[in-house]
Amino acid sequence: MPNFSPYPFMPLNTASPLPVDILRFNTCGSVDDGKSTLIGRLLYDSKSLMEDQIEALERSADITGGGQINLANLTDGLRAEREQGITIDVAYRYFATPRRKFIIADTPGHVQYTRNMVTGASLANLSIVLVDARLGVIEQSRRHTAIAALLRIPHLVVAVNKMDLVGWSEARFLEIRAQFEEFLPRLDIKDVKFIPMSALNGDNVVDASPHTPWYVGPTLLGHLETVHIASDWNLNGFRLPVQWVNRPNNPTDAALHDFRGFSGQIAGGIVRVGQKIIAFPAGLTTTVKQIWTFDGPVQEVFCPQSVTLVLEHDIDISRGSMLVGLDAHLPGSHADLQAEVCWMHSRPLQPGKKYFLKHTTHTVQVAITEIVSKLNLDTLESGAAPTELAMNDIGEIRLRAAKPLVFDGYATNRLTGSFILIEPGTNATVAAGMMRPPRESVKTENADYVI
Amino acid sequence: MSNYHLDHLQHLETEAIHIMREVAGEFERPALLFSGGKDSICLLRLAEKAFRPSEFPMPLLNVDTGHHFPELNEFRDRRAKQLGAKLIVRTVEDAIAKGIAMPAPGEISRNRLQIPTLLAAIDEFRFDCCIGGARRDEEKARAKERFFSFRDSFGQWDPKNQRPEIWNLYNGRLNPGENMRVFPISNWTEMDVWEYIQREQLEVPSIYFSHQRLCVRRAGQWLPVNALQPPKPGEDVRELVVRVRTIGDIISTGCVESPASTTADIIAEIAAARVTERGSRADDKSSEAAMEDRKKAGYF
Repeated sequence: MPNFSPYPFMPLNTASPLPVDILRFNTCGSVDDGKSTLIGRLLYDSKSLMEDQIEALERSADITGGGQINLANLTDGLRAEREQGITIDVAYRYFATPRRKFIIADTPGHVQYTRNMVTGASLANLSIVLVDARLGVIEQSRRHTAIAALLRIPHLVVAVNKMDLVGWSEARFLEIRAQFEEFLPRLDIKDVKFIPMSALNGDNVVDASPHTPWYVGPTLLGHLETVHIASDWNLNGFRLPVQWVNRPNNPTDAALHDFRGFSGQIAGGIVRVGQKIIAFPAGLTTTVKQIWTFDGPVQEVFCPQSVTLVLEHDIDISRGSMLVGLDAHLPGSHADLQAEVCWMHSRPLQPGKKYFLKHTTHTVQVAITEIVSKLNLDTLESGAAPTELAMNDIGEIRLRAAKPLVFDGYATNRLTGSFILIEPGTNATVAAGMMRPPRESVKTENADYVI
Repeated sequence: MSNYHLDHLQHLETEAIHIMREVAGEFERPALLFSGGKDSICLLRLAEKAFRPSEFPMPLLNVDTGHHFPELNEFRDRRAKQLGAKLIVRTVEDAIAKGIAMPAPGEISRNRLQIPTLLAAIDEFRFDCCIGGARRDEEKARAKERFFSFRDSFGQWDPKNQRPEIWNLYNGRLNPGENMRVFPISNWTEMDVWEYIQREQLEVPSIYFSHQRLCVRRAGQWLPVNALQPPKPGEDVRELVVRVRTIGDIISTGCVESPASTTADIIAEIAAARVTERGSRADDKSSEAAMEDRKKAGYF
């Protein structure tokens, strides 16, 4: 691995000489597929558990009887869950190996909690869909795989669990794989891996199983440690949604008196000092004068760094504006929008209803103009337009925004192509939305330098 | 590997800065909870990275239980001054005097009494958002909490009714009287915190490092000998070389025997550690659901 620091001003950390990265993944499956057990097993076998956690596990094993350590207790954190024996919300777990740090979102499989899977999976690099080897593909497996595909999670692992209960049968494993391969072509997932395992006994989780001589692939942890994620971030087409205008208004320091910086997290691409950019919604072109950081000025920054840009010209830019590079594809700018949404609230979505839409750092009022179709999770095909979308439904809708949004299609950029809907009054987050590609890109012939 | 690569700390940092700026952008009257502990020390560096060269767009707030380690308060005041930040301190003592917090007969711990003190401070300054340094790896209940943790008008957290958080889009909308707690370093582990302190060369209070201290053995832990709960006859009292891993009140913070005298020593010690961080906090041991109950009641 080359010895470099992406921040030239920042010395390499001497405590960990190799730059490691972070892999975010989520686990999903239906109730009793063994999700929590799998996570417990990963933590336990990778020696990420501490004495007092093991002690607490043993204590609860003594109390509940049986004396058997229940690995699921590690993640079933809330009392309500322990009482009901189910996972009711997304739980986050952390562990590290010398190769990578891992952030796990344990997302529940209960039908009514699909919204939590979307919450846990939206930023994941990888999704693990658990399948009970005895049951094979069920509605939940299809639903979770479809959601992973819809969210464009780059990597998918199908963990065929409880292989011990089907006698470690290769034929059964291949049968389940074939069940998946029947519907996978209808989904856009580039990288899928099938792994036979027993989370309860630890086979093929961290250590290779002696029971699967017919399986030559990596263990789950082996795969998590090596799957290629460096290109999961979008480095094509600079986008900076402005979060906060940085104006020190410092009357005593001449250098700061006129400082006006635009702060935000880069949502796509790379930007350099001297580069031409266009500021929306003003539609005016300028150049990057300075890239300001707490650690000193830098020449170049990239997605997903949080930065502050100083521009050559004084343009009207505020929170919600978007700075865009002129060197690659341009975003669209429309008030009439088309998007896929996952509905997350018990009050259904109906045409005519009004919501707040939060897109990047910008919140606007929208009205739902039409429900175009609803996704049938059994056939994975779009069905005729229903009158409403209920909790956990996925469908395509049209909306009209009070002001045009500057956006990309979700397939092009997950951060500038996504939004949430918020119900006025209750302020509940009711939907996750993914933009269809814009009908046309913004025209730049009218864009001009400010005088 | 391309040059456009962030290591794990840089990823955690950029995520945390994004969240800090969302708070500045979405809330009218935010505050940043600063105790002087290692997690909130990281928050202050992240605030510098998020908001400089401007002043912080929010004051610092600390609930002083009156049972703090003196080293901690000294550090808290000094660091706030260095940064030119406004520091607001509200004390449990004062809340008791005003009848805002009511100690139960014989109740010595100030843990429960911090809650009404904090809620009264939120009321007094009409804060709509408090940034805190809680991490999800600390405890099971925290593992399930969102970055933007919604609190109703009683300051309560409802774990079964949290707002979905999707991509990096945070819903900060509130009705009057409601409140948000925001945890920018939710995804950091104890190790990440120390690695960040090392990388950024941040000063931390001296009690995190190895020092000599008179300790008393209680409930399987070495607690600092103090005037509030002096050793009883027959208790095991020893002069030990210790440090603290997590700072709570002086009556409940377990000391661990350690020779670690630098940040690098601490990182090496954590890498080899066999007990989780909150394992040394007596306040969490009382029941497995201790933290869940306190959070529901409005704890940080």
